[in-house]
Amino acid sequence: MADLSIRNLQKGFDGHAIIQGIDLDVRDREFVVFVGPSGCGKSTLLRLIAGLEEVTSGTISLDGKDITDLAPAKRDLAMVFQTYALYPHMTVRKNLSFALDLARVDKATVKAKVDNAARILELERLLERKPKQLSGGQRQRVAIGRAIVRNPKIFLFDEPLSNLDAALRVQTRLELARLHKELKATMIYVTHDQVEAMTLADKVVVLNGGRVEQVGSPLDLYNHPANLFVAGFLGTPKMGFLRGTVGAVDGSSCEVQLEAGAKLTLPRQACGQKAGASVTLGVRPEHFNIVPAGEGQLQVVADVSERLGSDTYCHVRTANGEQLTIRVRGDFGPAYGQPLELAFDTAHCHLFDAAGVAIDKRSAAEQAA
Amino acid sequence: MNSSALDTVAGTPAAAPRAKPRTLKPGWFLVSPSVALLLLWMIVPLGMTVYFSLIRYNLLSPGENEFVGLENFEFFVTDPGFMPGALHTLTLVGSVLAISVIFGVLISALLEACEFWGRGIVRVLLISPFFIMPTVSALLWKNLIFHPVSGILAAIWRFFGAQPVDWLAHHPLMSIIFIVSWQWLPFAILILMTAMQSLDQDQKEAARLDGAGPIAIFWHLTLPHLARPIAVVVMIETIFLLSVFAEIFTTTSGGPGYESTNLAYLIYNQALLQFDVGMASAGGLIAVLIANIAAIILVRMIGKNLTDQQ
Repeated sequence: MADLSIRNLQKGFDGHAIIQGIDLDVRDREFVVFVGPSGCGKSTLLRLIAGLEEVTSGTISLDGKDITDLAPAKRDLAMVFQTYALYPHMTVRKNLSFALDLARVDKATVKAKVDNAARILELERLLERKPKQLSGGQRQRVAIGRAIVRNPKIFLFDEPLSNLDAALRVQTRLELARLHKELKATMIYVTHDQVEAMTLADKVVVLNGGRVEQVGSPLDLYNHPANLFVAGFLGTPKMGFLRGTVGAVDGSSCEVQLEAGAKLTLPRQACGQKAGASVTLGVRPEHFNIVPAGEGQLQVVADVSERLGSDTYCHVRTANGEQLTIRVRGDFGPAYGQPLELAFDTAHCHLFDAAGVAIDKRSAAEQAA
Repeated sequence: MNSSALDTVAGTPAAAPRAKPRTLKPGWFLVSPSVALLLLWMIVPLGMTVYFSLIRYNLLSPGENEFVGLENFEFFVTDPGFMPGALHTLTLVGSVLAISVIFGVLISALLEACEFWGRGIVRVLLISPFFIMPTVSALLWKNLIFHPVSGILAAIWRFFGAQPVDWLAHHPLMSIIFIVSWQWLPFAILILMTAMQSLDQDQKEAARLDGAGPIAIFWHLTLPHLARPIAVVVMIETIFLLSVFAEIFTTTSGGPGYESTNLAYLIYNQALLQFDVGMASAGGLIAVLIANIAAIILVRMIGKNLTDQQ
């Protein structure tokens, strides 16, 4: 079992509040990813859980036991560092067995555990080498192995892939996902890379400025961002935002007049906004269509395009200068300055009120479910 | 170290033919003036010393400079001061090395372990003895600390009702070891403290998570990390400690008897107190020999540390 619960956790350095009251639950066997821009406190939160930083206030408990002030080694957690932090003068075998040797586990058990971890991570032939004789990916595996031999309740990963090259990163990401299933382990993973967050996580925690912006499954966050920050942070290319005001509202729909010139009717059962209130419309690049002149709702001018082969990202500007990105088929590439007409996929448009909070398109009953 | 160097050469056969022409190209030609100058700088005094060591050359009997073969060497080695001098040289080097490495590691580890107000000042204070001239520090110790009447130690002894000790007369070699250690400990601290700051913090944190306490971290992480800087300290200090002279000259003048005479002082004694330049030159050559033996042993033992690792 490994149920971690964090209650009203706060951390300040020299009067600066880094973590400003976080409540979070991590369930057994969950893969939780902390994601956020740099400086959002995600690494600090992980280090607080690991016990490497002292908590200013609030509690952390594991399986009902308060571990807030417990020494790092006694928490039954293992951490994999971004820099791997292997002990340079020890062989791989000694690196793996270090924690067990310190705990005076008997030799036979240590050997069995080390060999098992080496087998899982395919490190058998590297056991007698020193870390400097290993490649980046192999060092990474040793760092993970060092966590595995301790058989911890929770694995903590601090940006473990950011020192690897792109190809190795994809491969290691898959290995981590496989490892999570094989070991039936509970993992907490910190990253600034939303692809890692989307692909690995059972539960994504989006952090910003020391607060939790939203917690949920990757697709839930992608499809139903709770606010402007989450909407803009998740998804590449970024979601496009258009300012506007609320027009006519009835029980099932909500009319929005965009400053860029278009008027849309969005399905919203509980809009909660009065006519004239200012709102922001958010549309992901894949929810636009380029249509023949006269059939769309919005006129724009093409900026540069990025042609990736499979898709083309067209950057466009509206009449009032707002930037949008549109994702279209790879064989389409508009000329710079070419006028285009866009149609919105209104079922997938997001609407945010003046405070940046999402006006959910689902009914109250659906949201609860 | 040798094996790893060979491995890399053997592993990249293409590198060998490319490396060869480099020694023939202008590089060699361009460095030759400085190499020639350095060679002259070394060869001329060495040649003169060898020449002096083979002739009778006593300042009291000028003109009688006939060739005497290895007689000077024989007299120097059989001189009653030679054995004590050689032994004292080794004792002095060994003790000062031990003191500066052990206390250097401990003091810099303590400084690194805790943050306290005024740590910067303490660092400067710890390093400052290194910048004091040997003669000055020897005089300080002689007159202010060891002196049986006016020294601080004498005052402390008297405070506890004990008979003050005349340190330089009764424990001359130990006193000199103290003075020299006081001068060279700061060097060790300087090197080791800087080295300690380069220890990866993540490694320490990983070790903390692995259940290592401060002592285990010191033993398993800090000490191995310091292996290389310690080797540097030992090498450099050995070179300088073999030729300690000013401290002995200002305090004990090698006495009483030969109790605090080392080879450097013995050579000075032969050349400028007994005016026997020939014998002093022979002594100088023997000292060069001993220094080289020490250097070879050190490089064998420690040089491995310098080229190996990371």
